[in-house]
Amino acid sequence: MSDSATARKQMSVSDEVAIEIINMNKWYGAFHVLKDINMTVNRGERIVVCGPSGSGKSTLIRCMNRLEVHQQGQIIVDGTELSSDLKNIDKIRSEVGMCFQHFNLFPHLTILENCTLAPIWVRKTPRKEAEETAMHFLEKVKIPEQADKYPGQLSGGQQQRVAIARSLCMKPRIMLFDEPTSALDPEMIKEVLDTMIELAEEGMTMICVTHEMGFARQVANRVIFMDQGQVVEQNEPEEFFNNPKSERTQLFLSQILGH
Amino acid sequence: MSITSDQSYVRTEMLTEKAPPSTNVGIIGWIRANLFSSWLNVVLSLLAMYAIYSTLAYILPWVFGGVWNATSLTECRIVIAEAIGDGHTAGRACWAVIHERFWQLMYGFYPSDQYWRPNLALILLFVAIAPVLFNGLPKKMLLISVAFPFVAPWLLWGGAIWTPLMAFMGFVIGYFVHKFASKIAGSLVGIILGTVSALLWWLLFSSAVSQGISHMIGASRMSGEIERLETSIPLQEAEVGRHQAIVDPLEGQVIAIQEEIDAAVSAEKPVADLIRTKTPLYLTLGSASSDLSKEQDMLNVMRARLTAIKSLPKDETRSQQLADAAIAARAALPASVAKLTDVKEANLGTSAEDKDQLEAALKVEGESGSLQDRIETLYQDVGLVGLKPVKSRDFGGLMLAVLLGITGIGLSFPLGIVLALGRLSDLVIVKALCVGFIEFIRGVPLITLLFVASVLLNYFLPKGTEFDIILRVMIMITIFAAAYMAEVIRGGLAALPKGQYEAADALGLDYWQAQRLIIMPQALKISIPGIVSTFIGLFKDTTLVSIIALLDILGWAKTIQATSDWNGVIWELYGFIAFVFFIFCFSMSRYSMYLERKLQTGH
Repeated sequence: MSDSATARKQMSVSDEVAIEIINMNKWYGAFHVLKDINMTVNRGERIVVCGPSGSGKSTLIRCMNRLEVHQQGQIIVDGTELSSDLKNIDKIRSEVGMCFQHFNLFPHLTILENCTLAPIWVRKTPRKEAEETAMHFLEKVKIPEQADKYPGQLSGGQQQRVAIARSLCMKPRIMLFDEPTSALDPEMIKEVLDTMIELAEEGMTMICVTHEMGFARQVANRVIFMDQGQVVEQNEPEEFFNNPKSERTQLFLSQILGH
Repeated sequence: MSITSDQSYVRTEMLTEKAPPSTNVGIIGWIRANLFSSWLNVVLSLLAMYAIYSTLAYILPWVFGGVWNATSLTECRIVIAEAIGDGHTAGRACWAVIHERFWQLMYGFYPSDQYWRPNLALILLFVAIAPVLFNGLPKKMLLISVAFPFVAPWLLWGGAIWTPLMAFMGFVIGYFVHKFASKIAGSLVGIILGTVSALLWWLLFSSAVSQGISHMIGASRMSGEIERLETSIPLQEAEVGRHQAIVDPLEGQVIAIQEEIDAAVSAEKPVADLIRTKTPLYLTLGSASSDLSKEQDMLNVMRARLTAIKSLPKDETRSQQLADAAIAARAALPASVAKLTDVKEANLGTSAEDKDQLEAALKVEGESGSLQDRIETLYQDVGLVGLKPVKSRDFGGLMLAVLLGITGIGLSFPLGIVLALGRLSDLVIVKALCVGFIEFIRGVPLITLLFVASVLLNYFLPKGTEFDIILRVMIMITIFAAAYMAEVIRGGLAALPKGQYEAADALGLDYWQAQRLIIMPQALKISIPGIVSTFIGLFKDTTLVSIIALLDILGWAKTIQATSDWNGVIWELYGFIAFVFFIFCFSMSRYSMYLERKLQTGH
């Protein structure tokens, strides 16, 4: 416990605001998915979002790079407000990396091509430089030897690590993780979590939807609990796990930690 | 005894692999498993083998024992009857019809001294599509692929060398307008303005500029042309004489051998050898006399041109007078008919005098117009730098099918992609237009579209617009195939997981980049079998043009059957056509399988 606490302290959190969400509402048709969300994420913060399924946690982080469109309120990412302006959206998306539950690698491209595609076409990086960057990040996620294979030839854990490397190649200032380990075998979860922990230790701003409570204890500086489209509770991990305030949170924690 | 104490089935060491039983492998294993696995299968296999044997026993001698040298079906039958007896003349094929009419089946009425042009176009086609179809070829070959769509029509139809350049200019103009406009007003406006400016250039300016250049060259060459013609006409006369000297004795020989054959037939002696000797002579005579008539035609053209050039100053003065007269006559018309271009258009109340006056004015206008046309044609002919023009009506045979097939495939593919994307677009009007287009075209038989192309389209277009028949048919075939293509590709798009779109979006790729780099490569790969089926269908559908009086290979088959020499030939012609089409379609199908294997990346 004390180990992880000291590790967390070493990761600096600045006062600079990375993401600000003000009175945000979203509906799917008539269904009110997200209700009056207010949230500020500082640069360098590692936030874990958890909650029962259908609570809107995935929708929330997908709103942060406008994979989902919110109908009311404001989302300001890196000082730019998300609106229907396509130029702003593409700009924000290139600054915000995202990893998906099902990895979503491009199966027709090799691992290396997956990693260099966006830098080459969006950032206009010369191919050679993009390949060097890609290899650097592939080494970081410990699979440089797979660079010339296709995603279909890799295991799930390897694919997710490639997906992380692919996002990192764009040198993002913020990383979003949408249940990155939910589709993986227990054996592979660890290798992905290790990569994510390493990333957190380097001071990346991370927002992570996950049920990995160990991960939350170890790296998060805040845990956000959502239910029925609302933020029910948020607190430092120790407080959150040891001393949950709302009844709903207690129930949720007893269910996922109880067995 | 407890369960745990019996451990005999637990391996203490791993077993090595063994070979399968010998009856299960190799040819014997295969035959046992697939043909003779049970008594019922033994019987069925033997029956099937017998059926295959008896079919082949009839077809193979028919195909490979066929007669290649004869000049009519009657002669064919005589040769067959001498070989295998009177009652079995249907037992051997009469391939002689293919031998004799081969060039018509391949090129239709395309002038035989210009066959090198479609041939070269075909070779260029292979060079142009090679870097697209196979990777590992030098990237520079793509330059040929880009130039091909401009060079090939020029090779086929001929005409001035500037025509393809002017067509290319349209793309250049469109590209720069697009680039400029999309910087200022966004990509959609850029695409629209670019397309519009290119269309404007093609429809309004390109042919005028090209004709203007030819006219100037014609004017500068006019005086030299007289001199050239005066020296070359006697040479051409000599050439005609030379060809006549070849044709005359040949004709004599053929007549002589024909008499010999007739005599032998009436004396009931064998004639197969005589017919075999006659055929090559007959074919040589045929090509020699067509050469002769070509030289003769050329001589006539030269003479006519010389006369025309000599009377050019006089004609031009007359043309000027006529034009003035036409303007004056038009100006003098009474108000009730002042704007009409046909007497039939006059109102019922119009007086007979007015009608007469209109008729007179129209006559002057017509004369003036046709004289101007004649003079302009002369300038264009003399000023031609390029290839001899060939009329669309002379295109035919397999060449026409390939031409229509290739352009249809080449154009319907991108159009189909655009339509599929349009159908899935969020832009309501674009989507409605694409859905309407696809559903309408798919709901209409191709034949009706072809009839519209051949007959009705001219009524809708402004008077005097010359719109080439092959071009019209190409457009119809293309949009027909594109509608099917769009649906095939939409199927591929629908099969892609939503995550691919999201991943592309999340990386910051814009719509077109995501489509080009992520979505289309995968969607098209999924759609390969459907796309190739559409291509094959399109290629076979080109034979429908024979219904609107374009003589493609099938049209020629009917024409050849209608001649007295080959009346009654059915199997050989249609068999040959089927064979040719099979070769094309089968290679497309094999290529698609190769492509699917090549693009296979999941394991």
